Amino acid sequence: MSVANRPVHRPLSPHLQVYRPQLTSMLSILHRATGIALSVGVLYLAVWVMCASAGPETYAKFQGFNSSIVGRFVLGGWLFCMFFHLFNGIRHLFWDAGYGFEIKDAYRSGWLVVVASLVVTAISWIVGLRLI
Amino acid sequence: MNSDLRSPLNRARGLGSAKSGVHHFWVQRLTALALIPLVIWFAISLVTMSGADYGMVRTWIGSPVAMVLLILTIVIGLHHGQLGLQVVIEDYVHNDGAKLALIVAVKFIAVLFGLAAVVAIMRIGFGG
Repeated sequence: MSVANRPVHRPLSPHLQVYRPQLTSMLSILHRATGIALSVGVLYLAVWVMCASAGPETYAKFQGFNSSIVGRFVLGGWLFCMFFHLFNGIRHLFWDAGYGFEIKDAYRSGWLVVVASLVVTAISWIVGLRLI
Repeated sequence: MNSDLRSPLNRARGLGSAKSGVHHFWVQRLTALALIPLVIWFAISLVTMSGADYGMVRTWIGSPVAMVLLILTIVIGLHHGQLGLQVVIEDYVHNDGAKLALIVAVKFIAVLFGLAAVVAIMRIGFGG
């Protein structure tokens, strides 16, 4: 092995685990996590229209899962992921346009996203569960 | 003298080391913007429809407005999702073979489910 190819065992730069959790970094991680969850969620949506097109028996099975306890929690989780990713995504679009970079603003918009997504999730979940 | 190591042509093209410029970034933002109204519409529909039976759901999916907006929501949602997953895979999967295989799998799955969903919605709408 040449000198250039030899693995170097230098210390790594400080990584995530050495920092005290902050709102900003936690929301950033949550944005990614909810994005991954929603990628599965949109497949579930595709399965829903496929079941509706397949026939009443298939659709009844699908609805059976949705109205089960697990299904109700999946709906709640799905709604939270969607609303959080939506509101935090709008926050990201403002950053992309060059607004809201001051630390004070980043925290204010962050808390706004947290409160808005929890409130809207709770309202829509309760309304949805009452209708099931 | 030019202090930049890149040639003037390269700089003017602005495609960078990945050879695609800001295309990925831009499409991700464009799909995000489109999804804002679509997702709000879909969330309201989903919650108000959650008690609907098979016939009501089919009538709703097959109505012209819902048909168009549903296809847009699912197809743009899948596109936005596969762009995002690609970035996640590029960030965390460091083995070149596994990285490529995962990215290709994600794109294939997105196209497969997208087409299947469009066919299903059209079958309902056109009474197939």
